Parts: sequence; C-alpha cells; structure tokens
Amino acid sequence: MPEQFIWGMEVFLNGLMAGVLYALVALGFVLIFKASGIFNFAQGVLALFAALTLVGIMEGRVPFAHLINATFGTEIHHFGWHVPALLAILLTMVVMVVLAWAVNQFIFRHLVGQEPIILFMATIGLAYFLEGFGDMMWGSDIKKLDVGLPQGVNSVIDEVTYNIFGYGFFIDNLDLWATLVAALLVVALVIFAQFSKHGRAMRAVADDHQAALSVGISLKFIWVMVWSLAGFVALVAGIMWGTKSGVQFSLSLIALKALPVLMLGGFTSIPGAIVGGLIIGVGEKLFEFTIGAPYLGGATEIWFAYVLALVFLVFRPQGLFGEKIIERV
Amino acid sequence: MKTKLMTALVAAVMAAGPAMADLKIVDTSYRTGPYGANGIPFSDGYQDYFTLLNERDGGIGGEMINLVECETGYNTEKGVECYEATKGDGSLVYQPLSTGITYQLIPKVSSDKIPLHTMGYGRTSAKNGKVFEWVFNYPANYWDGASHAITHILEQNGGDISDKSIALVYHNSAYGKEPIRTLEGLAEKHGYDLTLLPVDHPGQEQKSQWLQIRRESPDYVIMWGWGVMNQVAIQEAVNIRFPMENFIGIWWSGSENDVKAAGDRANGYKALTFHNIGLNYPVYDDIQTHVVETGKAAGAGDQIGSVLYNRGMYAAMLAAEAIKTAQEIHGTAAITPEMMRDGMENLEMTEEKMAGLGLPGFGPEFKVTCENHGGNGFGAVSQWDAEAGEFKLITEYFQSDEEILGPLIEADSEAYAAENGIEMRCQ
Repeated sequence: MPEQFIWGMEVFLNGLMAGVLYALVALGFVLIFKASGIFNFAQGVLALFAALTLVGIMEGRVPFAHLINATFGTEIHHFGWHVPALLAILLTMVVMVVLAWAVNQFIFRHLVGQEPIILFMATIGLAYFLEGFGDMMWGSDIKKLDVGLPQGVNSVIDEVTYNIFGYGFFIDNLDLWATLVAALLVVALVIFAQFSKHGRAMRAVADDHQAALSVGISLKFIWVMVWSLAGFVALVAGIMWGTKSGVQFSLSLIALKALPVLMLGGFTSIPGAIVGGLIIGVGEKLFEFTIGAPYLGGATEIWFAYVLALVFLVFRPQGLFGEKIIERV
Repeated sequence: MKTKLMTALVAAVMAAGPAMADLKIVDTSYRTGPYGANGIPFSDGYQDYFTLLNERDGGIGGEMINLVECETGYNTEKGVECYEATKGDGSLVYQPLSTGITYQLIPKVSSDKIPLHTMGYGRTSAKNGKVFEWVFNYPANYWDGASHAITHILEQNGGDISDKSIALVYHNSAYGKEPIRTLEGLAEKHGYDLTLLPVDHPGQEQKSQWLQIRRESPDYVIMWGWGVMNQVAIQEAVNIRFPMENFIGIWWSGSENDVKAAGDRANGYKALTFHNIGLNYPVYDDIQTHVVETGKAAGAGDQIGSVLYNRGMYAAMLAAEAIKTAQEIHGTAAITPEMMRDGMENLEMTEEKMAGLGLPGFGPEFKVTCENHGGNGFGAVSQWDAEAGEFKLITEYFQSDEEILGPLIEADSEAYAAENGIEMRCQ
C-alpha cells in the first residue's frame, strides 16, 4: 500500500477525533440556540469558567483569594484539601446550575421578546464579564488539569496498525475518551429531548415561546435548564481541551473552532453538531495533509474550515441538519 | 478674576513641578486576556525592581521613579493607545513586550524622539544603530536565538550536523517567522535539512504539525511559540514520544507556564535564554525586605524567581542602568527621553556592575554603541528539571554566529533605511 495512503488514513482518523472535540464545543451553542434563539457568544468562556472552577475545587483553592488578601492583608490561598475528580465535577455542575440561574435571573429574564441581535449583544457582555469574574475568582495562572484521563499514543492501535501496514498509527488516548464521552453525551441529550417531559417542553419552547407559555410551560425554568445543560457541555469541553493545554484564558478561544461546525451542521441540530464537527475535522486535516503543507506552506486548517463551511452554506443555508425557515405571507 | 485664575494656574504648575521631574517609566503590561499568564510575572518583576530602587535607594540619582502601568492585553491597538496616552508626560523609555506593538511604535518613537527597548523581541535589524537611532534590542534578538539553537545542536554533534534534520514549529505571525531567514542561512552553512511547520494563532490545535513530525522524525525540533501554543506543542511532543532533550524553544517558549500542562513528562525540554534563572541572587533578599514585606509588591509575591519574573526584573534593571548612564553623561538627575537614549547608547554591562547590583552572573556582559544597539548576541540554554520544578542553565553564555547574522542585519536595516529615507548615522 502506498505510504501516502497509509499516512492519509492516519490523518483521516485524527481528523475524526479533532472533529469530536470541535463538536463538543458546538453542542453548547446548539442547545441554547435551539431553546431560546440566542447565539451564545459566551459559550467558549463558559467552558473556561467551568474548567477554572473544576481545577479550583479539585485543588482546594480559595475563590477570590487575591481580592481577599489585598483587602484584609491576609495570606490565604488554599483550604488545604484536595477534592477527588468525580466529586469536583459534580460540585462544578452545581456551580454551573447556579450560574445558569443567575444569567437568566439578572440578564435574559429582562430581555424576553427582544430582537436576537440584542440577546447576542447581551451574551458578548456576559462573555467579558465571566472572563474577568473567572480571573478574579481563580487567578490568571495556567493550571494543570488532571481528572485521570489517559494521554499519549494508544499502544493497541499503534501495534495493530503496525502489524497490518508496517506503520503504527498515532491516536491520542485523550481523543478516544473524548469520542466516547461525546457519543454518550449526544445519545443522552437526544433521549432527553425526545422522551423526557422537560425535553419535550424544551422543544416546545424552541418551536414557539408564546404557544409554550400558553400551555403552562415555564419559560424561566426551561431557560435555566438549557443554560445548565450548556454549562455541563461546556464543562466536558473544558475538561477535554484543558487537559491538553492546561486551563488558561486561551481556552475561551475554542469557540472559534465551533463556528464553522455550526455553519455546516446547522444551529438547531444536535446530530448536526456532531456530523458537522466530523466533516470539519476530517476536511481541514486532509486538506492540510494533501495540499496545505506540501503546496501552500501549511497552517491552512483554520481558514479552510471556514471555506468548507461557506461552500455548504451556499448550497444549504440552514446547514446540513438545520431547520429550513419557511415564512408564509 | 483673571488674577485669581493666573494665581491658580501658577500654583497648579508649581504643584506639578516635582512630579514632572520624576523619572517616568510606563509599564505597558498585559495582566488580562489569553497571554495574561505570561504578562503577569514579567510585569511583577519589572515593577518590583523599580519599587525596590524607590524604597531602598530613594530612586535613581535622587530622583524618584514614577511608574505608570498601562494594560495592553497584548493587543497591538491598545498598546499604541497606551503609548499615545502617556508619551507626552516625559516617559523615558517604552518596553512593550510585544513584537506587534513594537512594529507599530518604531516609526512613532523615531519622530517623537523617545527610546524603545525590545529585549529579545521586536525587529531584529533594529540592532543596526546606524539606521534605528531610537530603537534598541540588547542583549539579544531573535536571530541570535536561532543561531544559539543551532550552535547548541552543533556542540551536541561534534560540530557536524550535515546529516541532521531540524523542524521549526512556529507561530504563524511576524514574530514566529523571524528566525526563518537565519535558520535558512545557517542550513546553507552547515548543511542540515530544515522543515518549516507554521501553527495558526492561538495554537490550540497542532495535530497536523505533530503527525508530520512523527512521520518525518526530524532529529531536532526548534519552537517559536507564545502562550497556549507552547503548552500544546510540548504536550503533543510528549504524546508522540519525541525526545525532549532534542526539543528547543526560544526564550518566549521557556517559562514554567509552558511545561506545566505536560507535567513530569516535559522533563528535559530545553529553552534558550539571555539571562539567568532562579532565586539565588542577593537582590531577591532586598526585594523581599523592601518590597514584598512592606506590602508594595506588584503582584501576590508568588511569581518571584520564575523565569518571566526574572526577565521583567532584568528589563527594569537595564532601564535603570541606562538612566544612571544618562545622568552621568548629562550631569543631571532629571533626564529627558533624549538623554535616556544617550544613556542607552552608552550602556555597558559588566560582571562587576551586575555583582554590585546583587545580580552576579545574571546576564551576559555587553556594550552598546552608536552602531550596535543589540549588544554582543550572547545567550545560553536552559533545561526543565521536572523533579526540581525549575529550569536550570546547562551552558555558559555563548555568542551567536555573527558571520551569518551580520550581513542579514545589514541588508534588512539598509532596506528599511532606503524605504523610509533614513540617513545613516555614526559615520
């Protein structure tokens, strides 16, 4: 088998894995947009905030330590305990639910019925606020995140592919875990949306706020629930990305990787986010491998992802799985 | 009414008098945003050193230092805003810690006659003082760094690397592209094979680059990164089991922040540096006594001794020494930015001087002249010791390959002079 083809297969598989990581970020956008029509600019910062909170809880850091010390002249930084990863994840979820409640109570409750652009602007404000708040709460230093997920080359895949092709494929263990978690997450979300009472209520709100209100669905509850779910998805994305790079403020920029996925998969489809992520991941990696690096000097992935999404947009503006909007006069 | 107004005006000017005589230094810091984790220790070190001089020595030459912090967020537009907002108050020097801001400020400082010091970053050919009257980049620049990396590899291979392959993983920006010309020139001289691997900002996704490295197995990887790009690259290198002792980062890829995410597995990673590392200097005792314990530290005091804190402190120390030199030349303590430029152009850092400052062996010896604004191009190699949790210097300071760099700097600066109609100085 030609060497280039074998390497291409490795790149394809890694593209799928990268796509799953992009999809994890895109999922949070989809959930909120689907239920409230809000394009949540703060989704990347939510992932950052969730990961910061998780590390803070795990390491027993004192929130707002810098502020407390500067105000009272104290020298406290840690509580002196370490919280196990699973418990810390649960506690972080509680924080994300409280945040979801606060976001709705103090911002979006007052903006019901406003134009989408107003809601979008509100999420920009929220993003900057949360970034600064997270900084004050947990500090700006880069934090190592270790929830026990394995990293590095998967030796089984390496060995098996070596025996078959004479070349061992590199697949990162962390990416495999991310794929498994993303698959479980999507199945859980789809089951929740299709078969649970609150899931159906969420879909009803997404279809028509007024109609949902008229049959007694609490808009406030649904929005808090959806922001909590988005917070949970952000936490998962924050764990996966934060494990790779450490938890730091660049984590909020992962939202940029989700935009072409959303353009391609549609803003309202959970499976669309996954399929869109996979197409973008594979497309950008294969383009870089076959054309970008050999002929264009490399670093083509970011712009090619958007080109790919634009091509899809031209032929299917609502995205692959998005709902087609039909306006009747 | 007019008399009252005039009296008030005179009183205000008189009241402002002493403040205007202060030595004004602007710290164009970035404590927020994606690069804040690196900007904070640098700024803490920078500010703490000036605070130390004020608290311990009563300023420099009897003049207090008036330190003003301006947050840039590592954003070029904000950096220029900081410059425009503060330049009119007699700021003696700007050290923006950003190549992007530097490129914007070079024409501005030249017309405003305010010196710019870009230590280990910025425009490399600004070393040519004949063209860049107001810009200084001592003690080392990017091209020195590229040469240091190759010299180190040469030393490890008995002086012959003609059969070796080297990959450059770089931030796909003006900063990251800086070493390419030098590495290409050195490749012609030494015969190694060079592969260029750009990484787009911010650098969170580098799978393609590291798969290529895994496939092609270069003997060495040199990295020109900043921020999250460094952490991800080191993690990916660990993942593909690239030998860390063959992975060398520029000095902006060599702080504790960069190796933290990869943990113990980053052990052996190397980074270049143009100053020393660690806490083992008498000046730290003074900083502890006069700055930290008196509650005047710029930060929480938890960054002291880190690589970037040391670098910030070194930048401040070089500015302070230039101020002293300017005061000696002009016979006045209250110097102007023009006088500061003279101080910088006549700065000489000797071991004796550094030892006197409580920083023995902290940086290379160098001398700035009218022609040479970049010093002697000395640097060293440090290595991450994961168990000790610190970088350690593993070489002496050594000089870059002036035979290659000299003509490159000459050509680039002369092209700049021709484009901008600059007359050569120092004739």
